[in-house]
Amino acid sequence: MDARALKEGVVPGRLDADALNAGFVDLHAPLTDHEALVAADRCYFCHDAPCITACPTDIDIPLFIRQIATGTPEAAAKTILTQNIMGGMCARVCPTETLCEEACVREAAEGEPVQIGRLQRYATDTLMAQGVHPFSRAASTGKRIAVVGAGPAGLACAHRLAMHGHDVVVFDARSKAGGLNEYGIAAYKSTEDFAAREVDWLLQIGGIQIRNNMALGRDVTLSALQGEYDAVFLGMGLGGVNALTAPGAEKEGVLDAVGFIADLRQATDLSALPVGRDVVVIGGGMTAVDAAVQSKLLGALNVTIVYRRGRDRMNASVWEQDLAAAKGVRIITNASPVAVHGNGAVREIEFEFTDDELAPTGQTFRLAADQVFKAIGQTLSGEDLPNLDGRKIAVSGPGRTSVQGVWAGGDCAAGGEDLTVTAVAEGRDAAEDIHAALMRA
Amino acid sequence: MADLTTNFVGIKSPNPFWLASAPPTDKEYNVRRAFEAGWGGVVWKTLGEAGPPVVNVNGPRYGAIWGADRRLLGLNNIELITDRPLEVNLREIKAVKRDYPDRAMVVSLMVPCEEEAWKAILPLVEETGADGVELNFGCPHGMSERGMGSAVGQVPEYIEMVTRWVKQSTRMPCIVKLTPNITDIRKPAMAAHAGGADAVSLINTINSITSVDLDLFAPEPTIDGKGAHGGYCGPAVKPIALNMVAEIARSPEMRGLPISGIGGVTTWKDAAEFMALGAGNVQVCTAAMTYGFKIVQEMISGLSQYLDEKGLDSTADLVGRAVPNISDWQNLNLNYVTKARIDQDLCISCGRCFAACEDTSHQAIAMSEDRVFTVKDDECVACNLCVNVCPVEACITMERLDVGVIDARTGQPVAAEHGDWTSHPNNPAVAQAAE
Repeated sequence: MDARALKEGVVPGRLDADALNAGFVDLHAPLTDHEALVAADRCYFCHDAPCITACPTDIDIPLFIRQIATGTPEAAAKTILTQNIMGGMCARVCPTETLCEEACVREAAEGEPVQIGRLQRYATDTLMAQGVHPFSRAASTGKRIAVVGAGPAGLACAHRLAMHGHDVVVFDARSKAGGLNEYGIAAYKSTEDFAAREVDWLLQIGGIQIRNNMALGRDVTLSALQGEYDAVFLGMGLGGVNALTAPGAEKEGVLDAVGFIADLRQATDLSALPVGRDVVVIGGGMTAVDAAVQSKLLGALNVTIVYRRGRDRMNASVWEQDLAAAKGVRIITNASPVAVHGNGAVREIEFEFTDDELAPTGQTFRLAADQVFKAIGQTLSGEDLPNLDGRKIAVSGPGRTSVQGVWAGGDCAAGGEDLTVTAVAEGRDAAEDIHAALMRA
Repeated sequence: MADLTTNFVGIKSPNPFWLASAPPTDKEYNVRRAFEAGWGGVVWKTLGEAGPPVVNVNGPRYGAIWGADRRLLGLNNIELITDRPLEVNLREIKAVKRDYPDRAMVVSLMVPCEEEAWKAILPLVEETGADGVELNFGCPHGMSERGMGSAVGQVPEYIEMVTRWVKQSTRMPCIVKLTPNITDIRKPAMAAHAGGADAVSLINTINSITSVDLDLFAPEPTIDGKGAHGGYCGPAVKPIALNMVAEIARSPEMRGLPISGIGGVTTWKDAAEFMALGAGNVQVCTAAMTYGFKIVQEMISGLSQYLDEKGLDSTADLVGRAVPNISDWQNLNLNYVTKARIDQDLCISCGRCFAACEDTSHQAIAMSEDRVFTVKDDECVACNLCVNVCPVEACITMERLDVGVIDARTGQPVAAEHGDWTSHPNNPAVAQAAE
């Protein structure tokens, strides 16, 4: 261990370039041709397959795996992309261990499911490497649709609408399209600029215009969009972050995990990205794991995830928890933050153990911390939105909001898990409903 | 996108994938679901003559063999022709054909070897609106004991006679289904051709016993302690079927006789192989019985992609493309010299190539102390066994030696010109001619 690793404070360059690169390689390396054939051979081609049921986008998994097995990964890719236009990214980021692969009958038989996620990546990578976009547009309908948010929900919606012959304008608050695919997931799940490449590939369909740096409520209003377009789809995700209420939460070094992850994803030089020696992540979801693991990979010496409930309640899958543990992240459960200590900058964070009902136990402990990441949930931001259901936009059926002509999907809409694959499904289904509504009119 | 539409003896179907006459096509419920799944056509399970239908055993009627991971490779059955009343089948055929006019509906028939029996059933089938008939001269179990099925198919004279009766009695195209349980497939095919058949379909199942119960000392499937041979089908029989199809396709006497290829078709690739060898379409059974009707989707997407990649516009462009390349051993070029090549990047050092070559072939692979396997060109006869036993695709390949290169095994340069057994000095016929 050298001095750089032990240095206190939030500093860049804790690891040399080789160590950084080794840490941030593909979490799941792509399958080779041989590996893909062996993996595909294990699929039983189940009837009414449980894996399909478990997939939010209903990809015909046995069919695409059989197409790989018979030497036509391009056809496999088309099977995937017909249901899920972001099948490439979902192959990388889906928690398959709680979706298709958990449902795989070979998980029941041998505790070893077919590697569906990696096979999906094999197929979609093969097609995308050929530069092929296997879909084309129907004749123009003359209809124009505004989509707010260029994340998985918005782009899936835009693509399906474009296929049906509509013209789509996508407004996005950021300078790059992709939403959380571009800004929000761990770098080792989207290597080699995959998120941006996938957006470029998706836009090959044509008929989709993206307007960056256009935020709803700041640069454009819902009522203006309703006036100008035949329909509006809201898929802007959750722009706000839940606040930490503990005293001292305003101290320097207490940051939002999503901001840290975005900075990391956009960094051109990871060795210039500062990270603390002692990092504490508050939360229990995928964002918490992504922030914690990446802190560790940047060279943080001690990284601890602290979650207020028990392990079984963590939103991060067991697989993700194990990944964190394997990378050297410590996970403490049943503890809530009660105070952030430090003189200007955070030095320690104090927690109190809680019981399963979140009741305080009176027992406290402190963790050294020069950086604290809050991963305690994100919130919908914006005004003049359709009616809410709780803290998200209320929808019925395929994304219909309380406002005529306005649909919503993805993380900003109520219902469904906050997953890329769920957002894609909701965007796609809303597009079909918009199409049906516009063609009826 | 390539056009998968096929026209087989005037019977059109949206793709060349038909379900063979077998349990999957025994009733309306199945056939409707098959058409919904995308099958281009069916050959309805064999109908017998009017009256009390045949009966089946009430114990197991299938036996199987498996490969690794319990993948079903071969299936054996002792089921007979349809055991449902003739009028029920006819009514259902008519109803299904009415609702699916774009799909091929062929009806398989097996009645006693009497002209009256054939003349009686054909009008009934015609009345359903079916597109054609297939004469079942192939079933090798049960019915053959009663002088039908393969009992007819094994006697070319009977095939010709019955085919002629059928052609004289109906306007419907007539496909004759052949049994492989004979010595030379060309003989029954010729007989069908002579009788006026519009096409032949092959192969039907092969006589088989899949396994023996070593506690009961009885063949499986075992019925009350006894077993009878059944008919074998599935991926395991494909090579036998391919050869039989090829034998007919390349026979000058039967040039142009349409062939419906049957035998282990499981993927698009299997179908493409049958078609390249001259089959105008394929019939599938075991794959559907193993995986369900949905597998046709892979066959459709795969064949379509293949045709596109090959620049072929339709299935007709594929049919028979390999026929000119089916030859006899004596015509194979002896000056085509290849050597095995092991890709060290792909090699996982299992040593199976070494064991096979060292123990059973030509001692042409060297093994180093650190388990690196290399080919000894001076011993390699290019037999291909190493390629076949290697578990990694494309790890071992056969590389052709260029003209003029010295073959390290023979010490001779590779000749440019074709040279085969018909002109080889060791051939007694050549020596005789020279004298």
